[in-house]
Amino acid sequence: MKTENQKAWFFVLPVLLLVAFNALVPIMTVVNYSVQETFGNNVFFWQGLDWFEQILRSDRFQAALGRQFLFTFLILIIEIPLGIIIALSMPKKGMWVPVCLVLMALPMLIPWNVVGAMWNIFTLPKIGLLGYFMNDVLGIAYDMTQNPFAAWVTIIVMDVWHWTSLVVLLSYAGLVSIPDAYYQAAKIDGASPWKVFRYIQLPKMKTVLTIAILLRFMDSFNIYTEPFVLTGGGPGNSTTLLSIDLVKIALGQFDLGPAAAMSLIYFAITLLVSWLFYTLMTKDDAQ
Amino acid sequence: MAKITLSNLRHSYLPNPSGPEDYALKEIDLDWQDGGAYALLGPSGCGKSTLLNIISGLLTPSEGRILFDDRDVTDLPPDQRNIAQVFQFPVIYDTMTVRDNLAFPLRNRGVHEGRIAERVAEIAQMLEVEEMLDIRASHLSPDNKQKISMGRGLVRDDVNVVMFDEPLTVIDPHLKWKLRSKLKELHQRVRATMIYVTHDQTEALTFADQVVVMQDGEIVQIGTPVELFERPQHTFVGHFIGSPGMNVLPAEESDGAVRFQGRQVALEGAVTGQGGTTQIGVRPEFVSLADAGLPARVHKVSDVGRHAVVEAMVGDTAVKAIVEGELPEQGAEIHLAFRPDHTRLYRDGWLSTEART
Ligand SMILES: Nc1ncnc2c1ncn2[C@@H]1O[C@H](COP(=O)(O)OP(=O)(O)O)[C@@H](O)[C@H]1O
Ligand SMILES: [Mg+2]
Repeated sequence: MKTENQKAWFFVLPVLLLVAFNALVPIMTVVNYSVQETFGNNVFFWQGLDWFEQILRSDRFQAALGRQFLFTFLILIIEIPLGIIIALSMPKKGMWVPVCLVLMALPMLIPWNVVGAMWNIFTLPKIGLLGYFMNDVLGIAYDMTQNPFAAWVTIIVMDVWHWTSLVVLLSYAGLVSIPDAYYQAAKIDGASPWKVFRYIQLPKMKTVLTIAILLRFMDSFNIYTEPFVLTGGGPGNSTTLLSIDLVKIALGQFDLGPAAAMSLIYFAITLLVSWLFYTLMTKDDAQ
Repeated sequence: MAKITLSNLRHSYLPNPSGPEDYALKEIDLDWQDGGAYALLGPSGCGKSTLLNIISGLLTPSEGRILFDDRDVTDLPPDQRNIAQVFQFPVIYDTMTVRDNLAFPLRNRGVHEGRIAERVAEIAQMLEVEEMLDIRASHLSPDNKQKISMGRGLVRDDVNVVMFDEPLTVIDPHLKWKLRSKLKELHQRVRATMIYVTHDQTEALTFADQVVVMQDGEIVQIGTPVELFERPQHTFVGHFIGSPGMNVLPAEESDGAVRFQGRQVALEGAVTGQGGTTQIGVRPEFVSLADAGLPARVHKVSDVGRHAVVEAMVGDTAVKAIVEGELPEQGAEIHLAFRPDHTRLYRDGWLSTEART
């Protein structure tokens, strides 16, 4: 006979409360704001889905969303292959392994706003090392405060510098778990280095790469501090990514309703794309 | 197809080996005849895999040469040696189908597709994996995975040698027996040289025409299963092969006579050499209960089915005898007799009596 015991619920309760306070309550507050209009004094008017429609139709939102996708796409197609290449070229054993691992982990240990400030000072023309070197030594006009292209290159390079290590460390973990016998068998079978990568290393790295892509997607899609500190979204609006725009609307203009609606749309897009990625990457294993 | 010669082979995994204990392989000189079925038998850690990896080219020996039909291949990588090797744990290419796994070694060598299809079909039929050909290899059970690994080793028909490094470790016992006889049957059909590494004497003795016994990085004896059983060249072989192994008893040598527990023992032939530590070796099969002979007290009797193993104490030394028929009681006083033509002297482990002519 099976005994039913409902006591377990009591043990889950603390976690439930915690989740309620740090996730459900804030999200529901945002949902609440997103369907109302206020003119202050805590007076609210029902607005329905107007804000959602307004945001989705606005050129400003569409432009920011486009920039956001472009940014995420660029850093993913640079960081993922670069991370794999670095992981492949790292030593598998010996005294250099810990040295490499620590060097790789360093950029990730630096706080976001410090990274932004560092790169700001580093790249400023005249003052910064890179800015000075590019302009005055190489004679290439480079000013990320004036030129949108330079600003884009800078935020991309900064993100690659900050986060490629994550892909490297995850890929490396996948690589070192491959038993020697696989490489030996491949040699006996006469497999070329490309085939070793394609049929042994890549399949064994697949799980960790799925995790790496998901983490990098979510992180870069929601990125705020680094580009904000570095460029402030400029020059003009050229590097105003979604989160920067959101903060401008919410705290700059204090349009709580539209900002709330935008947050929810933002959240939904992040969730949808993550789910798509995950489903596509794990599709083969399920069959 | 070729004869494989190992000459003055030594290997150490250390960069600067000093003494013999730093060598995983100490001085190997050996010919593998074309078309032979060999077993390489020895306990774990004795250097079997090292030797195999040197033949296949995965390892370069510290010293010595490897010749395939008098062609020096010591510095050639595995893919230029025309060999196949199957490892202890299954290696399969997860993302490929079983069919593509089997075809992989052929595709890498540019064999044309028609021939590949033919070979894959042949091997699949032999290993009884035909109905699995189109599923992804990652979905297979461990023993089927190992079958596929073996299939990849067997699919090429131009190899000099196929080497199996303890390939049946992950296979269920009943399948083990089946696969082993399959391999044996296959060897008789294709006549390629095969080297089968194992630490299990039954596996070695059933598969091979010639068994190479290794211990501590050295080859102690090469022979047919019968030779290894009948006339072990080293106490290690006597002890390692046979169940129970050969009795190895302390012996004193004086005035040309050999004594065990103070009694002279008749040997198969004249004693050779001198000095060193001497031991008498006699298999339990050749020890019998007698009316007169070495006095002993029965210590233990174990019935193992067809016969019983009687362990008796002669002085402070245990001697095992295989006995059929009537069994003595534990504690009984008995006499043991050794069959002289199977009783030998070993000096520092090595055989030290002349063969009976
Ligand atoms: N890659 C290696 N590096 C260092 N020592 C090794 C390596 N592989 C094997 N050895 C050592 O060499 C000896 C022989 O090993 P191995 O050839 O694997 O034995 P077997 O296959 O008979 O079990 C063992 O003492 C083992 O510890
Ligand atoms: Mg081994």
